[in-house]
Amino acid sequence: MTLAPPTDTTRDGRFGPYGGRYVPETLVAALDELAALYDAVRGDEAFWREYHELLVDVVGRPSALSEAPRLGERVGARVLLKREDLNHTGAHKINNTIGQALLARRMGKRRIIAETGAGQHGVATATICARFGLECVVYMGAEDVERQALNVFRMRLLGATVVPVESGTRTLKDATNEALRDWVTNVPTTHYIIGSVVGPDPYPRLVRDFQAVIGTEARRQVLERTGRLPDTVVACVGGGSNAMGMFAGFLGDEEVELVGVEAAGEGIATGAHSATLSAGRPGVLHGALSYLLQDADGQVAPAHSVSAGLDYPGVGPEHAWLRDTGRVTYAAVDDREALDAFQRFARLEGILPALETAHAIAWIDRSRGRWRAEQVVLLCLSGRGDKDVAHVAALLEPGA
Amino acid sequence: MASLSVTTSSESRLGRAWQSLRAARRTALIPYLTAGFPDCLASREALRRVAAHADIVEVGVPFSDPLADGPTIQRSTFAALAGGMTLPRTLELIDDAQLDVPVVLFSYLNPVLQYGVERLTADAAAIGVAGILLTDLPAGADPTVEQPLLASPLDLIRLVAPTSHPDRIRDTVREAQGFIYLVARLGVTGATRELDAGLAASIAAVRAETTLPVAVGFGISTGAQATAVAGLADGVVVGSALVDALADGGPAAAEALMATLRGAIDGA
Ligand SMILES: Cc1ncc(COP(=O)(O)O)c(C=O)c1O
Repeated sequence: MTLAPPTDTTRDGRFGPYGGRYVPETLVAALDELAALYDAVRGDEAFWREYHELLVDVVGRPSALSEAPRLGERVGARVLLKREDLNHTGAHKINNTIGQALLARRMGKRRIIAETGAGQHGVATATICARFGLECVVYMGAEDVERQALNVFRMRLLGATVVPVESGTRTLKDATNEALRDWVTNVPTTHYIIGSVVGPDPYPRLVRDFQAVIGTEARRQVLERTGRLPDTVVACVGGGSNAMGMFAGFLGDEEVELVGVEAAGEGIATGAHSATLSAGRPGVLHGALSYLLQDADGQVAPAHSVSAGLDYPGVGPEHAWLRDTGRVTYAAVDDREALDAFQRFARLEGILPALETAHAIAWIDRSRGRWRAEQVVLLCLSGRGDKDVAHVAALLEPGA
Repeated sequence: MASLSVTTSSESRLGRAWQSLRAARRTALIPYLTAGFPDCLASREALRRVAAHADIVEVGVPFSDPLADGPTIQRSTFAALAGGMTLPRTLELIDDAQLDVPVVLFSYLNPVLQYGVERLTADAAAIGVAGILLTDLPAGADPTVEQPLLASPLDLIRLVAPTSHPDRIRDTVREAQGFIYLVARLGVTGATRELDAGLAASIAAVRAETTLPVAVGFGISTGAQATAVAGLADGVVVGSALVDALADGGPAAAEALMATLRGAIDGA
């Protein structure tokens, strides 16, 4: 399969009113350069061929499509899993880091920085930097360094420098601030590989395009296997990259229902959650206008989720627009439901999902009775749960 | 819209301030302080004592995600937020302080968006605020925000960075008002030991495109640095060094640093 070069759906870097480029002046030139390069490579077959070869060679794509027969039986539908957990490094994040590393190479930038929450994007960035021989610095909130210790060690083994970020809420949002501070300081030599469909233009569209391989493959695989399109496509939403990559394959299929699942943390009513699209209002953070968890004064509210990868008070601007237009439905699942789904899915299907993905699984579970037996539900299994085992053990058996 | 900047430069409060500075052949000393740091009362006292040695004062609105700021201003920001400082209270603080010099509000965009752009320009103008500078609103980023700011009584001050190409400088200064804030070096706010070697060239590049005064900030902390910058620019902005002085020795220490800098600049 060759990948069709993507078409751009933004206007002036915006999805409806959302997106844009709200950054310090120092970064404007770098974003201009990145956008010009990206506009040029979008039509450059050689670029997409190289990207595709690396997806095969480094990641092991295409990722499998699996049946989830016992979950399917439980919820009363045919459930299919798009197995991004089987990618090298264990999540979808590597699809994006390969594309952006190629862009960095074209710009002659040999130093890479990244932010990471769960550590999956950091590991994926460190991996491609090792493969390309690039310097790699990863910013990670100090709280996440504690709850994702395994991934911190993996990054260091891969040759990356991991910088714990102590400021603010000590999670992904503050790691992103620190990465942006590094970028402002080192922009002539450094490319910032943002890990989700967030940040200033052109990031939301280029990260979507590099993740669109998920939806492109999945659509073809579902058609081949079932002879029809899925009825419902479900993905978890942190910044929104696995969801956007999956949805990109189906946005034009109006009969396909698309559902994004956010983290309700301890419950939306408690205020300790990450359900940006359910409970936020438009605002500007990290270079883009999108939905945002914030107080009346416009201060960004601390997010909470049991899963570090969803623990973010913002969301990609394209999701904001898809919410407003109604093309995608967004739901929220709390910590408890996600932990239950994590354990149940392991026993039903023999797969440990990432805690992030467990939110999407919990939504399918919660929605049982919604489908007829012959209907097809497609889940983006965005990552594997190995990284979460110690954290879940501590939650389930405190003091053990 | 280009005509706006031309007309406001002499009619605005900042325009008049720069005219008298030019007439007196003086370089402007422009301190930055975070509103509400170290606490509300001390912040007001610091503003008054610092303003006594200043030509223009920049008042920072604390924001939860100060991504253009280094450790000093981050710390002052988080302390101010912990003390309950908000954009409405920043306006109260400015009103209370009754400063004799023009005040420029220095903010990230989101608190301004949530307050309402037009409501803010009206409320700020009503208490005599002269200008506004938005860290994360580069020229052309959002006309729906920029147009009401340009049309308001507040001057919209623009930043130029070391990475801004000549074409970009031209686009940025075209609608700029009040003065140009030239970022002296790559990076976030914070004191540095040495000034950027390319500073003179950067100032020349801005002057090639505009007659607006050029103030230089980011990293200036010592009298010697202030003297060097005063030889090149129309204004010297001092932020982190002043916030550090305030943190360590209170309003009196901040005032003492201002007196040193004033002496250094006026002797230049
Ligand atoms: C496995 C997995 N899924 C989902 C996410 C959330 O990110 P996004 O919404 O960008 O896919 C993460 C983030 O770390 C992740 O590791």
